Amino acid sequence: MFSLNRIVDLIKQPVHRTEVHLRGGVHPDEHKHESTQQPIMSLPIPHQIVLPLRQHVGHLPKLLVKVGERVKKGQLLAEAEGSISAAIHATTSGTVIAVQDSLIPHPSGLPDQCIVIAADGLDEWVDLHPMDWRQQSPASLIEHLRLSGIVGMGGAAFPTQVKLRTTPKSPVHTLIVNGAECEPYITCDDMLMRERATQIIQGLAIARHIMGVENCIIGIEDNKPEALQAMTEAAAKADFAVQVKVVATMYPSGDARQLIRLLTGIEVPNDKRSTDVGLQCFNVATLLALHRYFDFGEPAVSRIVTMTGRVNEPRNYEVLFGTPMTDLIAASGGALSGVDDYIMGGPMMGFSLPSIHVPVTKASNCIIASAPDLFPPAAEAMPCIRCARCADACPVQLQPQELYWFAKSENIEKAREYHLFDCIECGCCSYVCPSNIPLVQYYRFAKSEAIAQDRAKEAANVARERNEFRLMRIDREKQERAQRHAQKALGSKDSSEQAPAAATNTEDAASKQAAIQAAIERAKAQKAQMKPKNVEDAPTQVKAEIAEIDARREQAKQAVTQSQAQPAAQQASLFDQAPASSDANSADKD
Amino acid sequence: MSRSPYVSQAPSVSNIMLKVMLALLPAIAVYVWVYGSGILLVLLLASLTALVAEALVLRIRQRPVWPFVSDCSALLTAWLLALSLPPLAPWWLVVVGTFFAIVVAKQLYGGLGYNPFNPAMVGYAVLLISFPAIMTNWPAPLSLAETSLDWTTQWNIILSGQLPAGVLPDAVSMATPLDYIKTQLKLNHSVDSILQAGQFGWFAGKGAELVAFAYLLGGAYLLHQKIITWHLPISFILGLALMAAGFHWYQPELYAGAGLHLFAGATMLGAFFILTDPVSGPTTPNGKIIFALGVAVMTYLIRTFGGYPDGVAFSVLLMNMLVPLIDAWTQPRVFGHKP
Repeated sequence: MFSLNRIVDLIKQPVHRTEVHLRGGVHPDEHKHESTQQPIMSLPIPHQIVLPLRQHVGHLPKLLVKVGERVKKGQLLAEAEGSISAAIHATTSGTVIAVQDSLIPHPSGLPDQCIVIAADGLDEWVDLHPMDWRQQSPASLIEHLRLSGIVGMGGAAFPTQVKLRTTPKSPVHTLIVNGAECEPYITCDDMLMRERATQIIQGLAIARHIMGVENCIIGIEDNKPEALQAMTEAAAKADFAVQVKVVATMYPSGDARQLIRLLTGIEVPNDKRSTDVGLQCFNVATLLALHRYFDFGEPAVSRIVTMTGRVNEPRNYEVLFGTPMTDLIAASGGALSGVDDYIMGGPMMGFSLPSIHVPVTKASNCIIASAPDLFPPAAEAMPCIRCARCADACPVQLQPQELYWFAKSENIEKAREYHLFDCIECGCCSYVCPSNIPLVQYYRFAKSEAIAQDRAKEAANVARERNEFRLMRIDREKQERAQRHAQKALGSKDSSEQAPAAATNTEDAASKQAAIQAAIERAKAQKAQMKPKNVEDAPTQVKAEIAEIDARREQAKQAVTQSQAQPAAQQASLFDQAPASSDANSADKD
Repeated sequence: MSRSPYVSQAPSVSNIMLKVMLALLPAIAVYVWVYGSGILLVLLLASLTALVAEALVLRIRQRPVWPFVSDCSALLTAWLLALSLPPLAPWWLVVVGTFFAIVVAKQLYGGLGYNPFNPAMVGYAVLLISFPAIMTNWPAPLSLAETSLDWTTQWNIILSGQLPAGVLPDAVSMATPLDYIKTQLKLNHSVDSILQAGQFGWFAGKGAELVAFAYLLGGAYLLHQKIITWHLPISFILGLALMAAGFHWYQPELYAGAGLHLFAGATMLGAFFILTDPVSGPTTPNGKIIFALGVAVMTYLIRTFGGYPDGVAFSVLLMNMLVPLIDAWTQPRVFGHKP
C-alpha cells in the first residue's frame, strides 16, 4: 500500500521519460503478459547437473575437480583462466560423475566439455564468506570477482569482472542499468525488477563502489509499469542518487549502445568502448548476482529463465545452471501439441536449440516452445526491390539493402566499406523485409568470410616470413661454412692469425643475433599491420564473440577431419597465441 | 541453426504493388469521367500484354512463373504506362509499349529488382520517339470536344486505330495545355492571354487538372500507408514549383507559373507513382531528395526549352542513370561514426 513516505519519495525521485528516441527499430507483438501472470518459482533440484565449462564469452576455464569427487553447492569447479574468462561452480551438492563432451545450448549445435554432477538432493552449500565490500579496494574486489563466475545475464554472457575494471585513462562517471528488456516474449528481467528491486539496487551500490561512479541511471521500457514502480521505490530508498528513466517500447532499445544513447544522449563512437566515454552498462540480473556474491558469498549458481510460448503454464523460474532443459519444460506443464522447436533467447535474436537435452546455462534468459503456427517458416524469398524499409528500420543506420547486395555477391571488401561490422544482428531489417530475405544470415556469412579472409592473409604472411627467414639462414650458413673453410686453410698456414679470427667469430655471432632480431621485428610489424580490418573497431564483446566463433570453427574442423586433427590444432594454437609467443615459436622452429 | 528473426511483419511485394494500384483508382475514375471509358480498354490491353509477356520471358529464363507473375509488379508497370498514353491510342501501340517495357526494360535486365531504368518510362520513351504523332495526339476532354464519343465508339477507335467515318480528327483531339502554351508562345502571345483560352481551368487544362488532383489524392494514401516516403514526391513538387515560380517571376509573360506546371502533364503521376519506383530509384533519404530535384529541374527545362511537350519520362530515365552514384554519395552516417 501507498504510504505518505513512499509518495514523498516518488516525488523526490521523479520518473523521467527520455526525450531521445530510437532511430529506426521495430515494435513486434510483445507477448510478455503470458509469462508475467505468476511470480518467479524455484525449480526443484534436478537429479543430474550438466555444467558446460564454456558458458561465457572468452577463454575456457581451468578444470579443478576429478571424476568421483564430492562437491558442495557453490564449490569452485573450474577457475577463470586468462583475462577474459569466468569460473564455474557446482550449482548443487553431489558427486562429479563425468567430465565429457555433451550437447550445449549454442547455435553451432556442437558438443562441448561439461562437468556432470549427480545431485545428492541435500543442496549443501560450501562455507560462504560474505564480504564487507565497502571496506575493500576496487582492485581487490575485482580480483575476488574472478572467483564469482558472474557474467552478463542479459544474454551476452561477458565476464563481469572485465566490465568493472576501469583505467585511470578512462574513468567511468555514469552507470547505466539495463532494464529495458526489449525482446518480445522475454520477461525474466521484468519479473526480477518487480520482485527483487531492492537487491538490484544493492548490487548497483557495489558496482558503483567498484567503479567509483557518481551517476546511476536505470532505463526501463514503458511496457513494464510494475517493474518501473518497484525500481523507482527501491531507488528512492537507496543511500545514493539513482535516476529511473522510462524509454519508449521499441526494439532494440535494450542494446547497450542504443540504451546509452536513449538515456544520456551520448552516442558511443563505433571504434571506442562505452567506458572510453565514461559509461558502463549492466543488466539488472547481473547487478543482483553481484549483490548475492558480495553480501552473501554466493557465486553464480542460478538465474531467472522465462519459459514461454506453447507450454501449458508460461512462467519465470529460478533455475540452477546445469538443470536439464527438459525439467524446465516439464515444470511449465509440458509443451502443447504441435511444438516442434525450442528457441533460446527471444524471437528476434534467439536460436533454435539443437536438442531439448541441453542444460540451462548462464546465457539462457528465455526458452520459447515454438510451433509452426507460432513462428511460421519464412515465405520464399523474392528479389530485393530496394524499398529501403530495412534502412529505415536499422537502429544503426546501415544500408541493409546494399550490404545484402555485397554479401550476396561475396564482395566482402565493399561490405566492410559499408560498415558490415557495425551490424548488431538485431534482425530489424529481416523483420520488415517485404521480400522475406534472410538478411541477418547474409551478414553473418559475410562477417565470417571477412574474418576467414583476414585469417588466411595472416597465415600466408606468417608462412612467407618463415620462408624468407629460412632462405636467409641457409644463405648465412653457407657463408659461415665458406668462412670456416677459408679460416681453416689460413689457420694451418699461420697460427698467429687465430686471434683476429676469433674476433671475427664473435662479431659474426653478434651479426647473426642481430639478423634474427631483425627478422623477428619484421614479423612482428607485419603481424601488427595484418590485424583484421574493421574488426578492431568492434567493441570488446563483439571481438570476444568473434574469437569464440573462431574457436568453434576450429573445433568443427577438428571434429570433421579427425585424421588431420593434429595439424589443424597446431594451426589453431598458432593463431590463438599472443603475437610474441608465436614469434618465439616460429624462431625456435627455424 | 539460427534463422532469427523468427517473426516478421512486412507487407508482401504483391501487397505493396496492389496498394499502389489501389491508389491509382481515383485517378482512373476521374480519367473515365473526363475522357471517356477508352482508358479502361487501354488498361486492359496493357495488363494482358504485361502478364503474357512476363510469363513468357520467365518461362524462357526458366524462372518460377507464378511467384513472379503474382507479385503484380508487371501489372503495375502496365497501368503506369497505360495512364501515360493518350486515351485513344491504337491497341498495337499499347501492346508494343507494354511488351517493350516488360521484356526489354525489366526482364532482360534480370527481372524484378534488377532493372536500372523505370520500365514504364522506358516503354513510354520508346513509343514517344518511334511514334511521335500518335503519342502527342491527345483527345479533348469530353466536355470540350465538338463531337463527343460514346464508349463503343472509343473502344472501336482503339481497336481499329481509326476514327469512325464522318468524324474529323480536330473534332475530337486537342493540343495538351503544355503543348498549346508552347505553340502559342511561338506566335508571340503572352502567357496571360494564352491562359484565357477556354481549355484552361483553375490551374491547368480543364479536366486534366482534375485527374492530376486525383493522383495527388492517391499519393496521399500511399504516404499514409507508408508505401512511399515524402522525400521523392515533395522534393519533386517543390523543385518544379520553385523552378516555375522563379522563371515566372523573372518574365511572367514568357513563363507559366507554378500552378500550371504542377497540375499539367505528368507532374502528379510522376511525383507519386513514377519517381517512387523503388527498384530504379535511390534508397537513401538525401539521395531521394537529390534525385527528385534533378528530375524536377530537367522536367522544367525539357518542358520549357526542349522539343517535347513534357519531360518527366526523360528526366526520370536520365536520373536513373545517376542512381548508383547518388546512393554512394549520400550514405547516411552510421551510429557511432563521425559525421
